[in-house]
This record gives sequence, structure tokens and C-alpha cells, in this order.
Amino acid sequence: MANPMRIRAAAKDGVTEVRVLMSHVMETGQRKDSSGAVIPAHFITELTAKHNDKVVLSAQFGPSVSTNPYLAFKFNGGAKGDKVVVSWVDNKGDSRTDEVQVA
Amino acid sequence: MNHQRRDTLKAGGGLGIFGLLAAAGMIKPEMAEAAWNKAAFDAHKMDDAMSALGAGKPAESADVQITAPDIAENGAVVPVGVVSNIANTESIAILIEKNPAMVAATFDIPAGTVADVQTRVKMGQTSDVYAVVKADGKFYMAKKEVKVTLGGCGG
Repeated sequence: MANPMRIRAAAKDGVTEVRVLMSHVMETGQRKDSSGAVIPAHFITELTAKHNDKVVLSAQFGPSVSTNPYLAFKFNGGAKGDKVVVSWVDNKGDSRTDEVQVA
Repeated sequence: MNHQRRDTLKAGGGLGIFGLLAAAGMIKPEMAEAAWNKAAFDAHKMDDAMSALGAGKPAESADVQITAPDIAENGAVVPVGVVSNIANTESIAILIEKNPAMVAATFDIPAGTVADVQTRVKMGQTSDVYAVVKADGKFYMAKKEVKVTLGGCGG
């Protein structure tokens, strides 16, 4: 299993801003190691964020997204104590789900 | 300490939890893979990428704004933000013209979510960054050149 994501969600003036820092190698499949062998691609393909079971963002990533991907977005509504759940799946079928309370 | 044994245990445990989650319906890997737009992420030409996204030839719009540095010192981590001021924005895609994998990310914006996303991308070399926005079934785009002094896709 991958390392946990760091998620911050803050509600202000009726808008909740969510910031996510995932921990993932995001290997492109373009790079070669010291012996010249291609390092196989390994990257997050899909990400879903939910606020109280309602999907507020779904994203698809390609290998061009940076190592340890960062994502920030905003949605209307959300109050202190609400739950924001973020989950991702990578191209090897690994996945990770983390949740945070809106601050 | 037998490291190989530990790794095997870890791998097995990880798989077990993944299987459990999948069985519980919390994550659906089959669905997820089907939804991933392989054609778009595999595209090597701008036209191919656009058509895989269903965008055709989007019109340039001043209501789509890209926030990215003019010069990126480190191509491995280039912060890119896209804001769409067009009503009913449904999706946002970020494309890097000169990357081997042009489509960096696509975002589906459901109603109630602000059309304002930020992420970080890799850039192999100086290139135009495109933001393609779908709103009310129509496509709009904006582009911005980002100069890269140190590429992020090399070894």
C-alpha cells in the first residue's frame, strides 16, 4: 500500500478549498535506469474526491503529472466537521483512500 | 531479518485489503480502468489528443485562464492552475504540447464545484501549456508558453 495522502480542507465564505498531496512515484515509462532498462510506467490514473458521499471532483491523470502529485480545487458548500474523502487508483491497480474533516 | 519474506507479506497484505475494498464496492477497479481515457493519454499529436478528448478544434477564450510560471526552473515540478469563468463548465483538461504524454490530467467538474483546479506537472522542455474547457457541450481553450530551463522527464 502506498503512503497516506496529506489532505487539507478548509471552509471559508461558503466555499471549501481542498488541497491534496499524494505520495506516488508517477513513473512515466520513459526513463531508463543505470543499466539502460526502461523503468516501467507506474502512475495514478484516477482520482475521486467526495464530500459527504457526493462526488465533488473526479480526475484522470497521465504520466505527465509530477511525482507526489499535488491537487487543489474548490467546491461550494461544506461546513466545519464535514467529511472529505479522496481516493486514487494507479495503473497497477494499487489504490489509496484517505479522509479528512473540513476545518 | 529476512527482507524478502517481509516484502512478500506486505504485498500479500496489500492485495488482501485491496480485494476487500473492491468486494465491498468502495472502489471498483474495473470501472475505473474503463473510464480512463487511454486514447487521450496515449496521443502524441495535438490533433489526436484533442479528438480523443472529443474537443475537435476548440475556440480560444479569454474566460479560460492558465496560471503557470513564465519560466520554470525545474521541469519536474511546474505548478499549473486553470480557472474557467465560463458558466456550466463540465470538464477541464491540461495538455503539455511537447511532452511525450501530452495530456497531463483531465478533471470532471460536477455542479457545485468551482471550475478552478491547480496541480503540478512535469515538462520535458519549453512548451505551450493548453487548458481545454468543456462547458455546455462546447469546447474552449487557452494556452500559455512555459520556458523550462531544466527538463523534468530525463533520467
